[in-house]
Amino acid sequence: MLVIGLIGLAILLPISLLAIPWFPDKASTQAGNIHTLYDVLLIVSVPMFVLVETVVIYSMWKFRMRPGDELKDGPPIHGNTRLEVMWTALPAVLILGLCGYAYGVLRSNEANKKGALTVTVTARQFAFEFTYPPVGGKTVVSPVLYLPRGRPVVFKLRSLDVIHSFFVPEFSEKLDAVPGITTTVRVTPTRAGSYPVECTELCGAGHGLMRANVQVVTPAAFQAWLAAQKGTAPPVGTPPANVINSGAYSSGNSGSGNGLPAGGGSKSGSSSSSGSGYSSGSGG
Amino acid sequence: MATAVAEPLTPRPRTRVPLPPKLRAPGWYRAALFSVIGLGVAIGIDVGIRAAQHYHPVVSGNAIVPLALILVPLFFIVGIGCCDYWAYWAIGRRTRPEDHSSHGAYSWRDYFRVNTDHKVIGIQYTVTSFFFLLVGGLLAMLIRVQLAKPGMQFLTPEEYNGVFSVHATLLIFLFVIPVFAGLANFVLPLMIGAPDMAFPRLNALSYWLLPMGGIMMLMSFLAPGGSFASGWTAYAPLSTTMPLGQLFFTVGVQFAGFSSIFTALNFLVTIITMRAPGMSFFRMPLLVWANFSTSLLVVIATPFIASSQFFVILDRALGFHFFDAFVGAGKNGNVLMYQHVFWFYSHPAVYIMMLPGFGIISEIIATKSRKPIFGYRMMAFSLLAIVVLGFTVWAHHMFVSGMQPWIRIPMMITTAIIAIPTGIKIFSWLATLWRGVLHLDTPMLFALGFLTMFTLGGISGVMLAMIPFDIHVSQTYFIVAHIHYVLFGGSLFTIFAGVYYWFPKMTGRMLDDRLGKLHFWLTFIFFNLTFGPMHIIGIQGMPRRVAEYAAKFEAWNLFISISAFILGASTLVFLYNIVSSWRGGPRAPGNPWRALTLEWQVSSPPPVFNFDAVPTVVGGPYEYGVPGAVHGIFKPPAEAKPVAAGVGAGSDPPRQERHE
Repeated sequence: MLVIGLIGLAILLPISLLAIPWFPDKASTQAGNIHTLYDVLLIVSVPMFVLVETVVIYSMWKFRMRPGDELKDGPPIHGNTRLEVMWTALPAVLILGLCGYAYGVLRSNEANKKGALTVTVTARQFAFEFTYPPVGGKTVVSPVLYLPRGRPVVFKLRSLDVIHSFFVPEFSEKLDAVPGITTTVRVTPTRAGSYPVECTELCGAGHGLMRANVQVVTPAAFQAWLAAQKGTAPPVGTPPANVINSGAYSSGNSGSGNGLPAGGGSKSGSSSSSGSGYSSGSGG
Repeated sequence: MATAVAEPLTPRPRTRVPLPPKLRAPGWYRAALFSVIGLGVAIGIDVGIRAAQHYHPVVSGNAIVPLALILVPLFFIVGIGCCDYWAYWAIGRRTRPEDHSSHGAYSWRDYFRVNTDHKVIGIQYTVTSFFFLLVGGLLAMLIRVQLAKPGMQFLTPEEYNGVFSVHATLLIFLFVIPVFAGLANFVLPLMIGAPDMAFPRLNALSYWLLPMGGIMMLMSFLAPGGSFASGWTAYAPLSTTMPLGQLFFTVGVQFAGFSSIFTALNFLVTIITMRAPGMSFFRMPLLVWANFSTSLLVVIATPFIASSQFFVILDRALGFHFFDAFVGAGKNGNVLMYQHVFWFYSHPAVYIMMLPGFGIISEIIATKSRKPIFGYRMMAFSLLAIVVLGFTVWAHHMFVSGMQPWIRIPMMITTAIIAIPTGIKIFSWLATLWRGVLHLDTPMLFALGFLTMFTLGGISGVMLAMIPFDIHVSQTYFIVAHIHYVLFGGSLFTIFAGVYYWFPKMTGRMLDDRLGKLHFWLTFIFFNLTFGPMHIIGIQGMPRRVAEYAAKFEAWNLFISISAFILGASTLVFLYNIVSSWRGGPRAPGNPWRALTLEWQVSSPPPVFNFDAVPTVVGGPYEYGVPGAVHGIFKPPAEAKPVAAGVGAGSDPPRQERHE
């Protein structure tokens, strides 16, 4: 039985930890912490699964009814207190340990950081709109989310109609935008590139097409973009007239029928990651 | 049909033109007539109120539909005869004494009328639920066609949202929850040595409420604007602003919910008051314990989903603004309240959909391993622990909902802790297998398959309890994978196991074991190929509930769709096996599995009143391997003596109580 267990472990642990590409690219400090947490969870879970399966498979082989045993019964074992206490206490310790670790990750991921940029995300059926702090007395509003690399960002989420959700898989952070209240989510982008912003809370017919694009750029490029935005507040759905590093944002509206960019969409000039650029949502 | 019986009891005609007897006696004719009357009443009330209030137009479909959805099924239920006895009693007329005319089933027609026999109701429940399993499964096939590749235009986004919403709603409210009630309806009174449920007429009423809900949900596809399309969770304010089809969900859930509550009350009273002499609580089979726990959950939790949907009806129909955050300047609606109330039911509902399965697995593993269940008392206590803890974890569905952040921490801890009683059950089943004599036939294979699948579902459940990881994967396909591992790999596998196990008792026919094994292996393999990869695409960031997705998920989705089609087709093997065995399978002996519990000590199918002699319970239900051990003796308590010295779970002295 030990052999079955060890073989199972030797096969499943490397596969689950190394061979399966679980996460998308890691583009924030939060994502890094969460990926590590998931690795720890796998290291704990896989042996648990292997243990259960080993007993099942070994029993099916060793204790199966053989011809002539049709009327035989097993030994009348009713229980074993020591064993039962053990399999109550050990998982409890393990699980509470994991909870403590997860709490630590949560604290660190949601800690207030100095010098944070505040971006207001306004969600509506079926588009996002990103509002930056005023520059020179004029509020900057953009359908594309531009972020400077390395600077903490605080997102303030609002909704104008039903519940939406703000999710960037590469950031590993997500929160609902709830009508009537403002919710807060914190991200520190660490890697330049172009990533999808997805609505993940069912919000109506256009839910699957409610997408935007986040561009993580160097701080200098971000400042330049912000400065260039002064005075222009394009309405949602139309690409901004003057975008720095113009290859970065392949304008939306490609194929308004299904709203998906034809052929991989927006490859960022500064990054090779993310083949899944979405056009800013105009579908519906 | 029932006319001959009802004839002398119908009131003496006072009107000059008496109704034909078919329309006066309970049955489908009267039900049709009453439905029409119900529709008329709904229209009358509505038009009356609108006319009195000077609303225009006076006749408004949007206003009539909610009232009609409530009244027509109620009138139908009265018409088909669920309330005749109570009505006669209430108005002081001579009630029909219990002449047992509605007990037992002698032809297929008897399954289509109001019947108070728990065995008939059990089969009615089970067959109805499986009908909705097939419908829900077909809808799943439509979902997988749409998702087979990106850019598929098979369904419009509105239709797609409707299809997956109805899929989830039917399978949760019309399949998993009621099919457990159905199996338990048949088996539980037999197991505790009772002639029937405590309230047979209430039992009939709770069955007939169920198809009302299901038909309503299916009919939503005919509503203008399409079926309800806000998911089975129906989050406000999306659900309060949806087209008319949403109401079919809101009202349909009430019917399914009332059915569930009535059955649970019935189980509780039956288990508490109708156990055979000597059947102490700790001599009850674990299926009885499981249904006792489930019924507690149902009775406490289900009113919460009812209220959440009543709020939605009031918001929609009467403009109450419970969930409207944009009422004037005050913004006094509270959107998050819906989710708290909804999940306060819907998390315990997860255990409502799982605990009866635990009971089924305990029966099968003990019988098929020929060993007593390991740690019987811990198995019973862990069920009760799940009941209590189940009410403390609801907000783990809301880690990304924007509620107060601190609530997440206690909810994470309770959610993780609830894995411990579940773990106790898994380990105890494993220990029951140990050194047994394993009969690896179809019910046992499904039970072992359940162990594997549910362990995976439990592990991903513990992962989801960890808030930071949950934030990444919630509302993605990881959740879809998890829910199908616990509800398909978990609940549905136990349901299949239970059907294969008790089919001989229910029908008096044996199922084909080879076809059963084929069904198991097809289901087991293609279940994993369908839902396993969803973990991966979920973590990679594919959101759930989308009709359209990014190109990078194309390969996996095609793979999943193909696996899903084969998984769907494997159900045909099951159907063929059931139909052909029911019609012409070999006759089943009374106790084909050599089990000890009471339901196997009577003929297959059991006599109309279950036991010719009331059994006396003299030992535990799983004393396999104890020489000469029996669970029950068909003698009065005074004459019955324990045969073997009771050990472990059976060591309580028999309680001498008598029940009518």
